[in-house]
Amino acid sequence: MTKMYPRDNNHNPVIVTGFGGKDGQRRELTMPARYAINAILVALFVFGGNFLVGEGLISRYQTVVFEQIGVYVLMTVSLNIVTGYLGQLPLGHAGFMSIGGYACAIFIIRMMPLFGLDAQSMASGSTPAVILFVVGLLFGGICAALMGVVIGIPALRLRGDYLAIITLGFAEIIRVVLVNIDSALGFKLTGGASGLTGIPAYTGYLNTAIVVSLAIFAIHTLMKSRHGRAILAIRDNEIAAEASGVNTTYYKTLAFVFSAFLAGIAGGLYAGCIGVMAPAKFGFMKSVEILVMVVLGGMGSMFGSVVSATVLTVLPEALRAFADYRMVAYAIVLILVMIFRPEGLFGSYDFSLSRIIERIMNKDFPWNKDDSDEQTDVPVNAKADAQANEQADTQVDVQAEASTDSKEA
Amino acid sequence: MFLTQVLNGLQLGSIYALVALGYTMVYGIILLLNFAHGDIIMFGSYVAWIALVQLGLNPAIAVLLAIFGCVVLGVLIDKVAYAPLREAPRLSILITAIGVSYLLENGVQLLLGADAKVVPSIIDLGTVQVFGSTLSGTALLTVAVTIVATVVLTLLVQKTRLGKAMRAVSEDMGAARLMGVNVNSTISFTFAVGSALAGIAAILYSMAYQQVSPTMGVMLGTKAFVAAVLGGIGSIPGAVIGGLIVGFSEVFVAAFGLSVWQDAVVFLLLILVLVVKPTGLLGRPVTEKV
Amino acid sequence: MATKHTTKLIRQESPNLIPERDLGAIPVLQAEHLGIDFGGLTAVNDFNIALGPTEISGIIGPNGAGKTTVFNLLTCVYKPTRGTVMIDGYDLAGKSVVEANHMGIARTFQNIRLFNNMTVMENIQVGQGSHMTSHFFEDVLRLPAHWKQEKESADNAHELLRIFGMENLANTLAGNLPYGAQRKLEILRALATQPKILLLDEPAAGMNPAETDELMENVLKIRDDFKIAVLLIEHDMKFVMGICEGLAVLDHGNIIAKGTPEEVQNNPRVIEAYLGKQEVR
Repeated sequence: MTKMYPRDNNHNPVIVTGFGGKDGQRRELTMPARYAINAILVALFVFGGNFLVGEGLISRYQTVVFEQIGVYVLMTVSLNIVTGYLGQLPLGHAGFMSIGGYACAIFIIRMMPLFGLDAQSMASGSTPAVILFVVGLLFGGICAALMGVVIGIPALRLRGDYLAIITLGFAEIIRVVLVNIDSALGFKLTGGASGLTGIPAYTGYLNTAIVVSLAIFAIHTLMKSRHGRAILAIRDNEIAAEASGVNTTYYKTLAFVFSAFLAGIAGGLYAGCIGVMAPAKFGFMKSVEILVMVVLGGMGSMFGSVVSATVLTVLPEALRAFADYRMVAYAIVLILVMIFRPEGLFGSYDFSLSRIIERIMNKDFPWNKDDSDEQTDVPVNAKADAQANEQADTQVDVQAEASTDSKEA
Repeated sequence: MFLTQVLNGLQLGSIYALVALGYTMVYGIILLLNFAHGDIIMFGSYVAWIALVQLGLNPAIAVLLAIFGCVVLGVLIDKVAYAPLREAPRLSILITAIGVSYLLENGVQLLLGADAKVVPSIIDLGTVQVFGSTLSGTALLTVAVTIVATVVLTLLVQKTRLGKAMRAVSEDMGAARLMGVNVNSTISFTFAVGSALAGIAAILYSMAYQQVSPTMGVMLGTKAFVAAVLGGIGSIPGAVIGGLIVGFSEVFVAAFGLSVWQDAVVFLLLILVLVVKPTGLLGRPVTEKV
Repeated sequence: MATKHTTKLIRQESPNLIPERDLGAIPVLQAEHLGIDFGGLTAVNDFNIALGPTEISGIIGPNGAGKTTVFNLLTCVYKPTRGTVMIDGYDLAGKSVVEANHMGIARTFQNIRLFNNMTVMENIQVGQGSHMTSHFFEDVLRLPAHWKQEKESADNAHELLRIFGMENLANTLAGNLPYGAQRKLEILRALATQPKILLLDEPAAGMNPAETDELMENVLKIRDDFKIAVLLIEHDMKFVMGICEGLAVLDHGNIIAKGTPEEVQNNPRVIEAYLGKQEVR
């Protein structure tokens, strides 16, 4: 990008990138510092957790629950790309999960002999096992992404409900194909309605933690880039986005395919965690379950997605006695959240440790409101604000109401 | 044999058409894909089952109870779940509809169990012999009821005051309100009519398949919505044509011995139509004002 | 921005609207016999305009005259039934809205259309997006190209905000801005796409006199500093007369008068269109 505006050379940028902070200026962390803080946190989580698993302080059962949490977190954050950030409602996310799961599991089962591995050594963490795991997972993700292209191109031309129904239809087609492909092909591939069995337990704590962390990092960096801004712009106002030169077809497809890719990866993890793939598990209900997680957490909030996926995966495990009521409770919670807090529990709030550290650096605490930077910047003009709000209300966008919340947060 | 297949297609298509009409009406007026519509049918079928089997009531009363139950449930759903979200973003109300659908399915499952229940035949119409083919009386009745229901609905929408109000609200809710149309009661009325059609469909479905289960509405509803979209959502003849297309294609795919693929064929058909004509066969193009 | 331009058309001699300083140059925007029918209704008919590279011109006319429709035709929102539009001599026929923007036409909307849940800064950066070349993987993996482009983009956006005195609002959500600032941000976002022509649809609507004066200054600043052409629709006559070098008056889809503001002001057909025909008793 070339600079085109007439510039004078003695202006001072508002953002201070440095640790110091002169009088009246806000102290901010530099980018490397932010990345270092987050990298340390993730490393602690990944390797610390792995150490605990190795020491036997986290039981086998807890590890499996953790793996499932990882799978659902990945499913939720990936659906959040399309629902929260792009503002579309696909109802076939479980379809991508199943494609990725089957593709990854079949690939790994078929390739194990080539790598000299068996079901036991696949879970061992040896170098060939790790390579096969990574390749298999990528293979699953890419298969799901290709399916995302096939589905996305016709589906994304349609608006709202049509997109929902067409993705639902595609997911059903995928399910029917998975059940019947064996008889059509004449040899055993997916195992039909009874499912694919004998999948080695390749998922594990370490693999799950690393994959989920990487995926969250990738979504974060995508959204904080020109690509992410284009996606958000489409959600906020598609017509204005086009007029501003955003190629809406491209960015919608990009978001959709990236989401499908991550769902495929999640499917691959799922297959290795559960050990059995059955088409019936990836019906419409699974897609809705994921949607509930996204909506409950807050559309457009990665933090919300992670929290709600975790809670909604752990709760049923913890409350097995009430399993019958779980679905009814899901439904009621979904309706109540939509009526009373449509932006979800966390709205579009996202947790940021760097921001908290910056607040401490600037002694910018909730109890000394005066230092709060954003509030004082906005010219107080009640009448104009009311007008602006009126404008906002007329827009058909996902979370017109969420804006105020995220600002306060 | 061929005639029997045609009648089977007509029968199934008619049921889809009745359900699709409900979708089309609700969509036409508040632009909502009412995910719970299929489950209203499930509810109606369960009411019929309870009335017939548990309470041993007269079949005629059971039919009326089922239709009445659907109407009450449909209006109730609108008042409780959708009405508070009239001004909310479309996505919120769509998700609410999914929630309602989920609630009905799982609620019924919790109360009455997940297994399918057998519904005894409501009336036995026997069979008719035409040109050497055996035609079932139930199928003929289904087709006849659908024709009558469609005609009545068309007259209702085109000729009556309420129909005019419905069309006005679907055109422009704000303007209709300014013109003195009671928008809320018009929407309730639309839900009532759509749910009554669902009730009729529930009876016809129970007569045809003689069993009910908590999740029966999901596929039925989804395919009927496919039918409505195929025909062009918001259009009454479109819903009927779409319903017949879906019904016939299912019956003929099954006739070729490929019944395991019939769901896939229906959805593939939908996708093809939407790719070629995004508003369905008889739908009007919608353009957003810039 | 990989927009393939079609063959360059030969410029026809343009009408007399272009100010003297632009006379030698190819008109940056030229519409010839432009028209569109909706069903049987002719919304715009035989619309001709030629805009010099640094010209400020206006389209005025009563409500429903087809002014916004003209904007929609010029920006490829609608496909014209008749006629051609050229940007810098390149034909716009068959282009999408996005391609038209990439070719150098940017606009604002009558009813403000901002990205309400994004900050002022991000709104501008969306506009800059098509001039950024960082690849998907460069962005996701945070490769050096990403940092370089983000810095340039942020610098340019701050510069743009500074020029128009909105720097202190950089991190405010667009939806929370006061009305006047929202209008201004829409213009800045359009400018960020680096257009050759800026179309403003009723930029002064709902503004008080002080805000209108500031807007006038800003439009002149855009013309002088950015060296681009501005075509605007406006009802505020003080604004239009004070700033436009040429005017076209639209009524029922037809241009009924064209010329300098003074010429237009005294044209009896214009007075008739605005005030109605005086009845002869």
